[in-house]
Amino acid sequence: MDNVQIHGREITIKGIAAAPGIAVGPSYTYSKQIIRAEMKPIEAAEVSSEIERLRGAVARSQKELEKIVAFAQEKLDPDDTKILEAQIMILDDAILMGTIEKRIAAELRNAEFVVFDEISKYKRLMLSAPDEYMHERAHDVDDVMNRIIRNIQDQKLVSKLEGEAVIVSETLTPADTIIFSRNKILGYATDTGGVTSHAAILSRSLKIPAVVGLRNVTRLVHPGDTLALDGYSGVVTINPTEETLQTLQRKAKRFREFEERLADIVGLAAETADHRHIELSANVEFDEELSFARQQGAAGVGLFRTEGQLFGRTGYPTEEELYATYRSATDVIFPNTVIFRVFDVGGDKIAPGSFHENNPFLGWRGIRVLLDRPDLFQTQLRAILRASDRKTVRIMLPMVSTVQEIRLAREALRTAMAELARRGVPHDSGIALGVMVETPAAALMAEEMASEVDFLSIGTNDLTQYIMAVDRDNLAVAPLYQQFNPAVLRAIKMIIDAGHRKACWVGMCGEMAGDPLATVMLVGLGLDEFSVIPSVLPEIKKIIRTVKFKEAKRVADRALGMSSEAEIREYLSSVIKNQIPELPLDM
Amino acid sequence: MLTRTVTIQNRAGLHTRPAAAIVKTAARFQAEFTIIKDEFEINGKSIIGVMTLAAERGSTLELRFDGPDEEQAATAVVELFERGFDEE
Repeated sequence: MDNVQIHGREITIKGIAAAPGIAVGPSYTYSKQIIRAEMKPIEAAEVSSEIERLRGAVARSQKELEKIVAFAQEKLDPDDTKILEAQIMILDDAILMGTIEKRIAAELRNAEFVVFDEISKYKRLMLSAPDEYMHERAHDVDDVMNRIIRNIQDQKLVSKLEGEAVIVSETLTPADTIIFSRNKILGYATDTGGVTSHAAILSRSLKIPAVVGLRNVTRLVHPGDTLALDGYSGVVTINPTEETLQTLQRKAKRFREFEERLADIVGLAAETADHRHIELSANVEFDEELSFARQQGAAGVGLFRTEGQLFGRTGYPTEEELYATYRSATDVIFPNTVIFRVFDVGGDKIAPGSFHENNPFLGWRGIRVLLDRPDLFQTQLRAILRASDRKTVRIMLPMVSTVQEIRLAREALRTAMAELARRGVPHDSGIALGVMVETPAAALMAEEMASEVDFLSIGTNDLTQYIMAVDRDNLAVAPLYQQFNPAVLRAIKMIIDAGHRKACWVGMCGEMAGDPLATVMLVGLGLDEFSVIPSVLPEIKKIIRTVKFKEAKRVADRALGMSSEAEIREYLSSVIKNQIPELPLDM
Repeated sequence: MLTRTVTIQNRAGLHTRPAAAIVKTAARFQAEFTIIKDEFEINGKSIIGVMTLAAERGSTLELRFDGPDEEQAATAVVELFERGFDEE
C-alpha cells in the first residue's frame, strides 16, 4: 500500500486525478455486493410465474435505462450517452433471454440465479481478455445483470443516500455515475479505473470531481468518515485534519474563482494581449477524449497518439481498422487540424518475446522501428492518408535523430501515396510532414531538419531525459530530471529559432506546454503552437491572453540568462504571480 | 451445414456496432448461426455473445450456419466481416 500515508486519524491515499475539482463531505460507500442471487429450486408448477417475474424485471430495467438515457441526453454531450447503448441492447437480446427462460424451465431454478449464472459467463470471458476496453464492457454487463436481478427481487433503485456525499465505490458504471449525479454528489472516489474509464469521462462532463485508481479506498474508509477529495492532484484524505481542510478549501476557492473567470474564455481566440496568435491544441489518445477537447476550446489536436491500437492484441491492426479510428477523429475535429504521430513504440512491442535491450531508451524506438518494419509503416501511412481526404491532417515522426531518417520517411510517404493513387483512393497529396524534436541530435540539427519538413514539435519529456541523461523513473536520479534546467531551455530556444529561419512553424507537445509556469517564457521564445492535455487548456489560454508578446520576450531573455533550474523556477513563478495573481499554481 | 472462417479486422469490442450489425444480419435468416472461437461456441444471433467474442481483435473465428437458407446467411455474414462492418 505504497499509495497510502497515515498520520494519526488522517489517512491520505494517492490515486489518479480523473475529473478536476475539490470535494469535502461525508462518505457514502456504494457497494455492488448487495445484489445476491442465491440458488433456490422451484416447482414445475412455478415455472411460468418465475418466467413472468423475469419478463417483468427486464421490462422495468428497460424503463430505468431509458430514463437514465433521457436524463443523460439533457445533461451531456449526445456522444457520451452512446456508452449506455450496450446495456440497452443486452436487455433486447432475445437469444439471451430465451436461454435464461429455457434454463429456468429445464433446471427448475429461480430466475435471479439463472440470470446471474448465465450472464456471469460472458462477464468472465470479457474480464479474461487482455484489453482494457473489454474490461469496461464487463462492467456494463455486470451493471445490466445486477439491474435485472434487483428488479426480480423487487428492490428499489439504490439510493438510501440523503443529503450531500462523496461516493466511494470499487468501481462505477456510466449508469451509476449518471444516477448519482441526480442526487447531491460532491465527488467520486473509486478503487479501480483510469482516466479513460467511461465513468471518469462522464464525471468530467458532469463537472463532478473524481479520483480513480485508489486501489484500497473502499477498505480504508468507514461509514461516517469525512472525505476530502482533490480532483486536481488525485488525492483523497480520510478524516482530514483542520489544517488539511483549510489548505484544500483555500485551493478550492482559488480554483473556483479562477474557473469562473475561465468559463467565458473557451470561445475566445488564443492570442496575446498585443494580438500575436498562438495555436492552442490538445493531446489526445482515445476517441472519447475528442469531444472533451472540443468542449475545452481546443483549436485542433496537436498530438494524436496512435500506438494504443498496437497493444493488447495478437497481430497488427489492419489498414481498415486504423482508417476507421483516424477518420472518426478527423471528422470530429474538422475544420481544425489533427496531427497524427505515427506509432511511437519500443522494439519490445514489435519484436517477439525474446527481444531484449539493455538500454531500451537508447534503443530501437519510434521512427527507427518503423523504418525497419516497412509493412507496418506503410499500413499506417495509408490509413492516415485516407483519413486526410478533404480534411486537415498532418503526420509527425517520433524519435528522429538524423536527417536521413526524415528522407527515408518522406520516401515511405511517397510510396504509400503511389499505392493509394494506383488504387484510385483519394487523399491529401500535399499532406504536411513534421518532426517531433526530442533527441539532442535533432535539436542540434534542427535547422537542417526544418528545411526537410513542414513543422517541428518539441517533445519536452524525452528531450529533458536525453539532455540531462536522466531516467525520471529512477528515484536515485529523479531530482536531476529538470524540465526548466537552462540546458533544456537553451535547446528549446535553439529549436524554435532554427525552425523559424527555415519558415517552419514550431510547436510543443510535451508536458512543459501544459505547465502554467512555462507559458509566458514559451510565448516569449516565439513558440507557434502549444499542444496540451484538454483539462489545462482554458488555464493556458488565459495566461496567453494576459501577456504581451513584447513583455514575454523580455521574460524569456531573462530566464535564458540564468544558470540554475531553481533560479529559473523562482523567477517564472514570480512573473506569473505578478501577471495573474488569481492563478492557483499547484506547487 | 456450412462452415466459414473469418478474421476480425476492425477495432471490435470497442463499440457495440459491429456486434449489432452481425446480429441484425444473422436475424434475417432462418439458419442457426454459431460462432466458434477456441473452446467457446456462441450463438451468433445473441448480442451479448458476439460482444464477448469481439474481445480479441485480429483473431480468427469459425462461423457455422445450419438451416434451409444457410447458403445465403453465410454469404451475407461473411461479406459483412469483409466489409469491416460498414464502419466507414
